[in-house]
Amino acid sequence: MPIAPPRPQSWIMPTPAGLYCEPGDFYLDPQHPAPRAVITHGHGDHARSGNGHVLATVETIAIMQARYGEGAGGALQPLSYDKNLTVGELRVRLMPAGHVLGSAQIVLDYRGSRVVFSGDYKRRPDATCAPFEPQNCDLFITEATFGLPVFRHPPDDQEIDKLLHSLTLFPERCHLVGVYALGKCQRVLALLRRAGYEAPVYLHGQLIALTALYERYGVPLGPVVPITGVPRDALKGRIVLAPPSAAAEPWSRRLPDPLVAQASGWMRVRQRAKASGVELPLVISDHADWDELTQTLDDVAAGEIWVTHGREEALVHYATKKGYHARALALAGYEEDE
Amino acid sequence: MNRFSALLEALLLTPSRNGKLRLMQEYFAAQPDPERGWALAALTGELSFAEAKPNQVRALTAERVDPELLAWSYDFVGDLAETVSLIWPALAPAQAPAPVPSLPEIVETLHRANRADVGDLLAAWLDALDATGRWALLKLVTGSLRIGVSARLAKTALAEWGSVPVDRIEEVWHGLAPPYRPLFDWLEGREPPPDIGDRPNFCPLMLAQPLEDDDLAGLDPALYLAEWKWDGIRVQLAARGGEKRLYSRSGDDIGAAFPDVLAAMPDRVTLDGELLVVRDGEAASFNDLQQRLNRKNASAKMLRDFPAAVRLYDILREGEEDLRPLPFVERRRRLTAWYAGMPRAALDLSPLVPFARWNELRELRDGARERGIEGLMLKRADAPYVAGRPNGPWFKWKRGALTLDTVLMYAQRGHGKRSSFYSDYTFGAWAGDALVPVGKAYSGFTDDELRRLDRWVRNNTVERYGPVREVTPAIVLEIAFDSVHRSTRHKSGVAMRFPRIHRIRWDKPFQEADSLATLEKMLT
Repeated sequence: MPIAPPRPQSWIMPTPAGLYCEPGDFYLDPQHPAPRAVITHGHGDHARSGNGHVLATVETIAIMQARYGEGAGGALQPLSYDKNLTVGELRVRLMPAGHVLGSAQIVLDYRGSRVVFSGDYKRRPDATCAPFEPQNCDLFITEATFGLPVFRHPPDDQEIDKLLHSLTLFPERCHLVGVYALGKCQRVLALLRRAGYEAPVYLHGQLIALTALYERYGVPLGPVVPITGVPRDALKGRIVLAPPSAAAEPWSRRLPDPLVAQASGWMRVRQRAKASGVELPLVISDHADWDELTQTLDDVAAGEIWVTHGREEALVHYATKKGYHARALALAGYEEDE
Repeated sequence: MNRFSALLEALLLTPSRNGKLRLMQEYFAAQPDPERGWALAALTGELSFAEAKPNQVRALTAERVDPELLAWSYDFVGDLAETVSLIWPALAPAQAPAPVPSLPEIVETLHRANRADVGDLLAAWLDALDATGRWALLKLVTGSLRIGVSARLAKTALAEWGSVPVDRIEEVWHGLAPPYRPLFDWLEGREPPPDIGDRPNFCPLMLAQPLEDDDLAGLDPALYLAEWKWDGIRVQLAARGGEKRLYSRSGDDIGAAFPDVLAAMPDRVTLDGELLVVRDGEAASFNDLQQRLNRKNASAKMLRDFPAAVRLYDILREGEEDLRPLPFVERRRRLTAWYAGMPRAALDLSPLVPFARWNELRELRDGARERGIEGLMLKRADAPYVAGRPNGPWFKWKRGALTLDTVLMYAQRGHGKRSSFYSDYTFGAWAGDALVPVGKAYSGFTDDELRRLDRWVRNNTVERYGPVREVTPAIVLEIAFDSVHRSTRHKSGVAMRFPRIHRIRWDKPFQEADSLATLEKMLT
């Protein structure tokens, strides 16, 4: 007589340090240094420094090394997408999550029961990383950064057109676009190139290393110039990429009459854009919007859904009404940034 | 509608005045009639139709969206028009997309619509529009745009685009109606200026320059007349052909809120004066007048408790005659003669203040605060009435400012060119051992002082709240302000008028700053 598969919650569980997988004896994106960690992607709130043994994609490991040097981990074990790694009775696979370069979902199979940990993800095409592939599973552990139906990201090209139109309307102003250093910066560069923008793009110092890393991993981003030392007048009518906080820092006073833009899913809410002094909001996100989140719940057809962080209550409410068994984990430590 | 909604969104997010002007000019140049005319009406607040109530919009949305998801979303976003515009569900792909309605179609349909039909119309339009379009539509139908554009700024954009002085537009404005085709025909050079006929049109105001103490030495007292500067708001009364208007300084018609003033107005005259609350011939404080301002109408109780009147300074038109080219002394004679013929309850004459030497006026000005007067006006006797703020003929000589030593408590980043500077300062006064915020100021310092304050704020932050930083109490700001009033909207219970930073007292220990009690003694 076949033995019924174990319930997922009997072998994977939330702990204060993060989700723990018992048969593999490792944590998923741990918030505190752990002896063994499997990491979904290189953003600082998921890939923290100081873990002992780290398993991640080769790109994520490279990103962690670029950020943390020695602190990236005691032993770094790369695993390619869609390759199996067996630990006793547990099988571990990393599948593309479409979030940033190297981002992965963690697919865990144990005695006939399957858990998928999404990490951060999006469903729309992105030339800078491999696309998300939904995996059927028994338990789907999802993010919900944009888990409210007000968040519906428009097509990327439409947003990039707004930036290019603004350059024609204000040709004497420098266009300062706030972007996160990992992912958003390179995605905006790739989108600009696809829209036919061939001029050099100027980069804040904090964006240079990771942009070079993307190029090394075969993502072409066109001509970029470090902004240090560039004369003020040469920046008129140019696009400058910088971390979102830079517009409010004395750093920005070197720019000629900067028009402040920001590329983020939060820019969907106008009053939020206005309150942060953003003149040109660009709704470009590396996270799933509401439609992508809910579509994914249907695609993976999991009976059980856990929501790690974001607007958990709304997504749990939606999933419950659709007949899924859903709960919010409210894991501490994951940030709202993207 | 798409171009109009893109314009509204850009105007909301663009902090600089020049940026806003350019956006509007680009729009007027590119859009056809009547769309741009209706847009102009929306920007200047001249649209009126059966408006939708926020509750109606919410109910309409709850029919299509899970009410709990709507509630969470509204909590998160905080603004109903914005929430609904973002959450409104797209039509199923099988349904043919409705054509995007044009702005003229929306406005003209609403003009004809009964209030009962507004809900259905709105729902169909919301289905057809994208998120920005829905947001703009909801702003339009709930009656308040709140995008940081005054009617005057929209007219300024129009004037610069059409290469005419903005005052020429003001002069014809109130004789025209949306969608303003004759106005656009004129500005594009196809037709002469619109003939608005015999209407109580607005004559753009003549304004005064502030008088600096050194200015007096160069002025001959024999050439000037003096009058009181009353502490109300400048207005213009215009009546012709049975139509009566009460215009604010910027040319907005505020008559609906002042039926008591309109009732007192005789026909066929245009007058310049100060709107005040007057009891038994005595001007009340500005605070009293404030009870009557920014309202759509006035209740009987308002009219009884805060009776309004206009104290007259000048006469601009009488019958068919335009008096503006006449010298002030002559206009003044005409005003006195006209008033003698028809004294009215809610109109009185602002007296001239006789003087021979500047020192006599200086003494009067020093006593102005005690008498509840804002200061003095000096007007050249031979000057005609010209729109704008010409250099020399008129001076305002305000009473001396009050000052208070306060402690810097919070700083907020500015906008536009100041977005990398902490340039908006909240300051407090002592109440026992604690500091209570008593006001905010963002002017009165030099660029060098701004840089120094900004650096200090960044190095002495104790807490951050979004764009606001709380700082260590240490810096004493000497604040100059015109007056202080009771206010229920402020925690301190008082509100300053025109506060600005007079001096930064880097030298003074913050423990020695003034107390709230000191400020309360200055209440008017």
